Amino acid sequence: MLDDLYQETILDHGRKPRNHRKLPNATHRAEGYNPLCGDRLVLELRVEGERIEDVAFEGCGCAISQASASLLTTEVKGTTTALAVALSQRFRAALTTDETPEGLGELECLLGVRNYANRVKCATLAWHALTSALETGSTVTSE
Amino acid sequence: MIEDRALDRVWLAGVRSQFPALAQTMNGHPLAYLDNAATTQKPEAVIAAVSDYYRSANANVNRGVHTLGQAATVAYEASRATVGRWIGAAAPEEIVFTKGCTEAVNLVAATWGRRNLGKGDVVLLSHAEHHANIVPWQMAADATGAQVQPVAVDEDGLLDLEDLRRHLIEGSVRLLGLKHVCNALGTVQPVAEAVRLAHEHDALVLLDCAQALAHLAMDVHEIGTDFCTMSAHKAYGPMGIGALYGRFELLDALPPYQGGGDMIRSVRFEKSTYADLPNRLEPGTPHVAGAVGFAKALDWLGGIGVEEADKHERRLATLATAGLGEIPGVRIVGKSKVKVGIVSFVADWAHPHDLGTVLDQHGVAVRVGHHCCMPLMERLAVPATVRASFACYNNEGDVDALLAGVAAAHRIFG
Repeated sequence: MLDDLYQETILDHGRKPRNHRKLPNATHRAEGYNPLCGDRLVLELRVEGERIEDVAFEGCGCAISQASASLLTTEVKGTTTALAVALSQRFRAALTTDETPEGLGELECLLGVRNYANRVKCATLAWHALTSALETGSTVTSE
Repeated sequence: MIEDRALDRVWLAGVRSQFPALAQTMNGHPLAYLDNAATTQKPEAVIAAVSDYYRSANANVNRGVHTLGQAATVAYEASRATVGRWIGAAAPEEIVFTKGCTEAVNLVAATWGRRNLGKGDVVLLSHAEHHANIVPWQMAADATGAQVQPVAVDEDGLLDLEDLRRHLIEGSVRLLGLKHVCNALGTVQPVAEAVRLAHEHDALVLLDCAQALAHLAMDVHEIGTDFCTMSAHKAYGPMGIGALYGRFELLDALPPYQGGGDMIRSVRFEKSTYADLPNRLEPGTPHVAGAVGFAKALDWLGGIGVEEADKHERRLATLATAGLGEIPGVRIVGKSKVKVGIVSFVADWAHPHDLGTVLDQHGVAVRVGHHCCMPLMERLAVPATVRASFACYNNEGDVDALLAGVAAAHRIFG
């Protein structure tokens, strides 16, 4: 059961999060905050036209939230803002409903979180921030 | 020593068997319930007292002439007297039943606070306070122009008496709010000394006794506190019931907290008048079954012996502390010499929430997070901790389960 949750990809991204840095010249920014556990992260993007040229995050948290944020950066870098928002919606729906997800790619390793209701917010924190950054650019919480 | 341990085991088996919730498996393991600082499990005696009340004594209190209603009133007032005796109150009227500590603090902040605080006045709170003893005072301060100021604590959460003295000398301090026992770290505060200092400077003291109730014998007169707050559910009693203790003359001077039935002497559309203590501060139908269960829990704990329970819990906490110290990268947070059976810790290889999930999968229930003490966590420079908190029914098997779970987490994350 725990192996489903803490898969090797998650442990790897949790230990060595990708794009964990400040982003110079960011055009979009949002803070994600989970008041339940105190996890806080800042997601920054550099968008040119429709394209997400670069994305990075700062902050610390549990293995799930760090891995999810890290995977987010690798998944949405180079894609369009519309595709990123759609992916965010699909990913969050996959964690919070019984729908069979499609096209989640490497994010599928996070689906084990579905069996741990009180950890779902850890996995969605960065994605809430992504949607917020692209749509409003404001602070969001995962509550 | 060996005989002591043998007696311990007999005592423990007798205690443990009275808690039906402990006899279950969790995620394929025997439940090791170590989240007692959040809420304790309930013994059969308390469950039966609440159930019996509804089965045979249920009626509304303080009204009507029928015999059942009288019996319910007698049971409710007897419970008040039991709570009063437990903490050494001078009279039952010094006990006001509330939903718990949170409502008790809110009651004092909204009545005494709003009536007595003014611009330039200061409410002092230890930096380690629970949110329940911070936010109500911020609300009262916002309404009155008073200020809330923190008193320093050390890295073990222990109150800095020198900093307290400095604040008392410098400001117009009207009240000190202080946790008797720190829920996050287990630290026992020097409450008698703090009360003495506060009184020397004409400040009142409110003690949050949420964590103290199940572990320390208390005497409000010996400590000298003006107010103290209790939650039954942290001391083997039901949820949704607790109490405020206040010195009679202080409580008697309070305006009503909420209006309604039971708290009045007379109601007219021109003007209503209010009842005497304690009814004036208990509007509406009270949680009678809860009060009955609260009193039964205290009687039960008295039978076990609160000092014996505390000694047993500290021994388990010491074992857990030693065992955790042998796991690489684990650090105990809060090493005060005077602690109840609470062990808070962090690991440099995993976030507390990941540890909590792994422990849960091993049947071990702990609290992870900021423990409703965000300012303290910031002071200690940790985002969160894992907290194992012991009760009288825990045994060495629970400590072993905790250590095995943390070791398993280390194999995953370390």
